[in-house]
Order: sequence, then C-alpha cells, then structure tokens
Amino acid sequence: MTPRCGRCDWCHGCDGRHPGATGADRCDRCDGRHPVRRMRQVPRLMAVAVALSIATGSARAQTPHPHTGHSATVEQTPAGDPHAGHQSGAPLAPMAPVAPVAPGVYPGVIPQLTDDDRKAAFPDVDGHAAHDQDINYFVLFDQLEWETGTVQAAFGWDTKGWVGRDRDRLWLRTEGQRSDGDVWDAQTHAFYGRQVARWWDVLVGVRQDFAPGPAQTWAAFGVQGLAPYWFDVEATAYLGAEGRNHYRFETEYDLLLTNRLVLQPQAEMEIYGKPDLEHDRDRGLSTLDFGVRLRYLVQRDLAPYAGVVWHQKHFGTADIARDNGESTGGARFVAGLRFWF
Amino acid sequence: MRVGTLTRRRFVQGLAAGGVVTSLGRLNALAWDQPSRPPRVELRGTDIELSIAETPMNITGAPKIAQTINGTLPGPLLRLREGDTVTLRVRNQLDQDASIHWHGLILPANMDGVPGLSYHGIRPGESYVYRFRLKQHGTYWYHSHSGFQEQRGVYAPLVIEPRETDGVAADREHVVLLSDWTDESPERVFAKLKKQSNGYNFRQRTLGDFFKDVHDNGWKATMADRKAWGEMRMSASDLADVTGETYTYLMNGLAPAANWTGLFVPGEKVRLRVINGSAMSYFDLRIPGLELTVVAADGQPVRPVTVDELRIAVAETYDIVVAPSGREAFTIYAQAMDRTGFAAGTLAVREGLRAPVPELDPRPVLTMSDMGHGGHAHGAGATGAAGAAGATRAPDPHAGHTMPAPDPPKPQADPHAGHGGTPVAPVAPAAPVAPGAGGIVHPPSEKTPLVDMQTMSPTSKLNDPGIGLRDNGRRVLTYSDLRSAFDDPDGREPSRTIELHLTGHMERFAWSFDGVKFSGAGPIRLTYGERVRVVLVNDTMMTHPIHLHGMWSDLEDDEGKFMVRKHTIEMPPGSRRSYRVTADALGRWAYHCHLLYHMEAGMMREVRVEEKTT
Repeated sequence: MTPRCGRCDWCHGCDGRHPGATGADRCDRCDGRHPVRRMRQVPRLMAVAVALSIATGSARAQTPHPHTGHSATVEQTPAGDPHAGHQSGAPLAPMAPVAPVAPGVYPGVIPQLTDDDRKAAFPDVDGHAAHDQDINYFVLFDQLEWETGTVQAAFGWDTKGWVGRDRDRLWLRTEGQRSDGDVWDAQTHAFYGRQVARWWDVLVGVRQDFAPGPAQTWAAFGVQGLAPYWFDVEATAYLGAEGRNHYRFETEYDLLLTNRLVLQPQAEMEIYGKPDLEHDRDRGLSTLDFGVRLRYLVQRDLAPYAGVVWHQKHFGTADIARDNGESTGGARFVAGLRFWF
Repeated sequence: MRVGTLTRRRFVQGLAAGGVVTSLGRLNALAWDQPSRPPRVELRGTDIELSIAETPMNITGAPKIAQTINGTLPGPLLRLREGDTVTLRVRNQLDQDASIHWHGLILPANMDGVPGLSYHGIRPGESYVYRFRLKQHGTYWYHSHSGFQEQRGVYAPLVIEPRETDGVAADREHVVLLSDWTDESPERVFAKLKKQSNGYNFRQRTLGDFFKDVHDNGWKATMADRKAWGEMRMSASDLADVTGETYTYLMNGLAPAANWTGLFVPGEKVRLRVINGSAMSYFDLRIPGLELTVVAADGQPVRPVTVDELRIAVAETYDIVVAPSGREAFTIYAQAMDRTGFAAGTLAVREGLRAPVPELDPRPVLTMSDMGHGGHAHGAGATGAAGAAGATRAPDPHAGHTMPAPDPPKPQADPHAGHGGTPVAPVAPAAPVAPGAGGIVHPPSEKTPLVDMQTMSPTSKLNDPGIGLRDNGRRVLTYSDLRSAFDDPDGREPSRTIELHLTGHMERFAWSFDGVKFSGAGPIRLTYGERVRVVLVNDTMMTHPIHLHGMWSDLEDDEGKFMVRKHTIEMPPGSRRSYRVTADALGRWAYHCHLLYHMEAGMMREVRVEEKTT
C-alpha cells in the first residue's frame, strides 16, 4: 500500500490506495508534474488536515460561481467531498477490473464517471467527413480570340485546366489557331502534376501536335508555378521521335490597373534541339512571342479583352519561312474573351 | 432614416431586382409574420420540436431556397432554463443528412450533434432526440454541423436563463444575431475558392495604390513592402476569403435595407445578446452615440467593461448592456472586418425609425507585423508570448507532436518532483525572455508544400484591437479587457502543453493544423480529468476562430494566468495564444476553425477524451 504523496492536487483526499498504485512514493495518478504542495513528510494527521482544508478551499472556490459550467456537475457528484476517494478507492483496489478501467479518483472539479457516461461518450460512429479530400477542377479559357494582322484573320485558343486534389492533379492544355476553316496549328498536353514546393508543380505527360505538318507526339516534362512577385511560369522540355528535343518557356503577369481592369503582359520562347524540316524548323531559338492584353472583369470569371501580340521567327527557322515565301512574323491585334469555370 | 444612404452595391442590386426597399422588407416579412420585430419565434420550455427543411427565401431581391429551422432564418430563438433537462426533437425534412450542434453547451458527447463523432447525423425524414441537462446559462447559438447547411441558414440563437440571477441589470433584452447570406450555393462558393482563392476579393492593391504609397511613404518603403509581399506571393488586402462581393450581411435575418428594429423606452437599460452566426464573416460592432458595457463573453459572465466598439469573431457571443436615451433611434452598425459591407439595424422607441448609418471604414491593409514577421506590432503592446520563456520543454506524447512544446514558466511545476523521493524545492522560474524573442519552433509536419507561410515572431496580441481597428478614435474591446466574473474554475496548473499551429495555403485554399488536414490526422488524445494547456500559433495570414466542443477554453494572459472562459478563441495572424482545457468531458469532440470553408478544407481535429487505461 502506497502512502499518498500529498504533493499534488490529484491526491487531495486520496489515501494512496488507487487502483494500480505502483509502490513508488506517489500515487499512480501523480506523475510528479503536479503543483507541489510542499507538504511531504508531514505527520499523517496533519496531512489529512491540510488536505481537507485544501479540498474544502477548492470547493469554496467553486460555490460562488454557480453559473459556470461545472456547477451542475458539482451538484451531481460527491467528488467535492474530500472523503470520496476513500469510498471509491478502497473497494475497487483488490478487485481485478472487469470494466476497462476502474474510475479514478478525480479532483473536485471533475465528475466521477458512471457507465452511462461511458456509453454516451463513445457511440458507435465512423468519424466525421470533411471536404478536404474532394476532387475539384478548374478550366481556364485564357485566350479565346480573334486576330487580325499580317496574316489573314484567324481564331486562336489557349486553354488549360486541372482536375484533382490539392497536390495531385491531372493537367490538360490545348492551344492552336485556325483560319478559313483550316486548323493550321493545334496541340494538346496531358500531364500528371504533383505539387512539390509551395508554389510549384512538376509535370510529366505527353503532348500531341496535330498541325502544322505531320502529327507528332512528344514526351513532356515540366515545372509550372508562381514565381516571386506573382509571375506565372511554365517551363517544359519535350522529347520526340528520332531524338528530337524541344523546350518551351512561358510567363505571364497580371498588372492590376484597377481591380477590374487588368493588363496582362505575356512572353513565350521556343527552342529546338534538332532541325525538323517536315515542320519547317531549324535548331536553336525558333520563335519568340510577346503579347499584351487588357481585360475588363465583368465578373471574376468572365473578362473580355483586347490586345496586341508580336510573333517573330528567328535564325534558321526564319530562313526556312523566307525560303517558303512565308512571313517571319509581325504584330497582330487580338480581341477575345477570357473565362473560367 | 433615409433609404438613400444605403448605396452599397449589394443593396442597389437588391433594389434593382426586387423593386423598392419596402418590398424587400416585405419579402422578408413574409417569412417572419412580424416584420422586423424581435424575437420572431421564441420557443420555451423543456420539450421542443425543431424541423430542418427547405424554405423559399428572398434576401437580395432574387428568390432562393434556404435551409431553415422551423421555416425561419435564423431559426427560432430557444429560451431555456439552467438546470432543466431539455428534450429537443429535431426532424430532418431535407433530402440530405442533417444535424444540429449546440454551440458552447457542456453536454454528453452523444448530444453534441457532430455527424461521425457524436452520432450518425439525422437521415432524411428521420428525427433525433436530444436530451441533456443545462449546466450553464448565457447566450449561445445552435447550427447544423453537416456540410454547408449552416451557410444556407441552419442556425439560430439559444439563450439559457439563469436559475437565479446572473447579476446583469437590464430592463429588456434583444438578441442580435449577425450572419452572412449568399445567393450562390455554398458548394459553388467553396469550389470557386478552390479554383481561385482570391475570387471574391475586389479590393486588391492596384497600380494606383502603388503610386499613392510611393507618394505617401516614399519609393524605398513602398518597394520594400511590395518586395516582401511579392516574395511571399500573398496579398496584403486578403482579409476575408468570402466578401461582400457575394455576401449580404444580416442582422436577425434582415439585410440593412430591411432595418431590423429593437425597441426601447428611454431610460431603460437594454441588454443585447450579440451572436456571430456567420459562416465566414467577422464583424466590428458599434452603436454610434452609445457606450457598450460588455457583461458576458461566449455566454459566460465577465467583469463589466465599457467600450465603444467590439470585434466579434465567427461563433463568438457577447452580451452588452446599453442605456439609450436622448434620441429616438440608434443604429446598431456591424461592418464586416474587410469593410466590404455591413449588417445594420436600429434601436428605436418605435418601429419605422432610422438613425444615420455610418460610412464603412477604409479598407485595412495587412502589414508584416500583422503577420508576426517582426517589425513593431502596432498598438499591440506586445507582451511576451506565453511560452516564449522556454522554462520547460515537455514533448507531448499523446498528440503525435514530435516537437517539444515550450511551457510558460510554472513556478510550482517541477518536472522532476517526485522522482527518487528526494524533497525538491520548487525551481525558480526561468528568467522571462524578451517579448517575441523566444524564436518559434515549427512542427516538422509543417514541411509540406501545403503550408505557405510560417510566422517568425508571434505574440499574444491580447491587447491589440486588431486589423482595421487600431487608433480609430474609439475604445475597442480587446481580449485583455475580458476577465471572467469568477476565478479559475479548475484551479490546477496544466500538467502538459499541447502546441498546435494553424496552417494553410492561400492559393490552393487548403487549411490544416500543423500542416496536416483533418482527414490525414489522428485524434488529439486527452486523459479524462487532466488539465492541459493548449498553445495555438497562427502560421497563416488569415484570422481563425478556434472552437473546441464539449469543454471550455480558459484563455490565459501572458503570464499564463487564467483570464476568461470562452468556447471560441479568435486567433489573428501572427498570434500565439494559450488556454487551459479541463478534460472533464469523456468522448470524441470536434475541434476546428469556425470559418466554415476553412473547416471543410481541413482545419479540424478530433479531440478524444478517454479514461486512463493503465
């Protein structure tokens, strides 16, 4: 039988015979981190007196506050009674516990538990469902525009979207141009994307080119994200048949003239590792695009815009275009709609 | 007095769509058979029937379907009596599962109304009978804990009368329940936030603001400011995720144009039971011309303190006493924290009066010190974060935190006491460390890309009026003004510390504790009977009202002493606050940010209180 440690609040009114008392010089409810009462080694009678006075003191501390949450509790249970511990502790100690745990002896503020309490506390339930693992999606028609300029009037699109959770997403991109009923530039990407850093996803997937020239398939590896100062960045490397390789870098920025009027500069660069005469490309830097689009947010998800875009072929790729009697680039005016859902 | 003063866009929209304001008022009046006169529906007694159902509702001029309790928005005021055992039969007439949670009430776990923790929820067409004894009195509320039903209208005030007296001298009282309403479906709002988290913020800083700041603060300061925010990839104007762009702010279910009116007789003392039943909106409430004497917080009596204005976080309640006289009408003005709208009503000697409605304050802008990133906590008087002293570090074995949690100095608690039987004198407390200098340790689980910032030098900010309320010429309530009218009801020192960080990713609208979303986290385990100290650190740029079910949150001051008993603790960005929890309620309890969309996005935990098993 362990003497009560008499050192802590847990032990008020306790005679040390808690179930499972370990033989240490403290009861098993006390792990030594309770406020020390500095009353060790006092004669037993005196200890009882002190314990009693502390216990009644703590009971008194409650009574002036009949409206606090515990007041009803105190009425219900004899726990405020410094002798409660003697009653519940003594008969239980020698018995092998049948119930999971015999009730401990709790300080006056803690209601003693009944089997009804235990039943009410743990109903047979499966856990709460939140929306934190839902599949979401996003589709952005970043550019859906008509253009006029050095070439004939044309229609262009640039759309991207994702479906997935917060970090793992399937990304789709498609962009292209058509004029006079003829799609002369079209490509589609499909990626698996994983968020690897606060603002960055890595992407692995495929790209299919439908035009110009013969259809072409690439393996694609990329990063995309938000660079400091809110620059949207996409950098992608492509590997194709016959050891072809190709790199594309794109960035855009939203400059808020007002909260509804947004100026969006954008730049794109394409580099090829090998000449590809089927597609009229030479190695090296092939094209540079710059655009500035001014949009007005009718709603957050719907904004008509107008802008200017410069497209320029360079180096060998420009030579090929000249040899074919085609334009090497120039400015175009664009007008379109940007929307998302 | 003049409708013309209500020129906010939302109300104009309401007018355009719904005709004149009076007809807007009437549309609401259809739902309440007494237009703008509280309480609309009040249920008393010990046997109460409630029914959750769909109800046509017209708040903005566009007819919509709300989800309501007993057909009204908000639902009926329950006026119960302390000490009574009440039976509340809740019938679900929706075609989806529903629930009712009694916010702030101390009751058995199976009466708490959280699907999956307390019970299975209430299936369509079925009922659940809640039966529990009221162990407290004061101002509370009740709401659905299923999906987004709370945003759709399933919320209502709950008042528990004291068995004797609560000592508040008032001649009459009104419930003032503030809330936010959107014509969009909450699922759509949530999806939009996931797609584009700043989608509702049309108050972002622009090129014009840049030039203005250069003019006011100089090139260097402006560039430094933009650089800091640009590197964080965050917006200094991000005060609310969902704004007046979609929200109409309501007082007792009425838009400002419909002018909820509470009557008084000059010379009377009027008690206002203010409840923030919003899904997402904090309000700054004042009544121009009147002082507010705060007498209770979260239902629990506090030592009276008189202020001009108070910020009420989502899910908090404040009881205030006012003494209107000298005028026939006073405006109760509750502007949303982000200043994109307001709820308003009138205290008047008769129906149909209005007092001038103030202009919205300017849009506040967050600073680096707001975020707990050093600098001078303006007006915060800052104060050692409780725990920065690092006297003892006790790893918490139960909550799965590998991080040692610094305890505030506990002069009496010696971790080695009792070992070896040697009498141990109390150790001298470690010398307090200068405010904010403690350096913060973040849990390793925060090293996920879904945590987009970590605060560097958080402080308690207990005496900071808060963003947008500093130096506004009015006396604004702070947490440091709140003192429970009673002593610490437990009296024990906490035996251990559980530190949790509020975390998130703005751009992906992902929210969590310690970088772990609800679905990926195990329960926080407490032993029945123990008393723990919970230390919260806000590692996000948003403010979060943190609500623990089933047990009180006893907020501590900077010295770790008991200050005030609450059920919801407001956590501004860059803050570190501590409170004591007495684990006197066996069972599984929800613990979460009470911003509805943050909770649904993962800022939630289960707290499980179990009996000691050894």
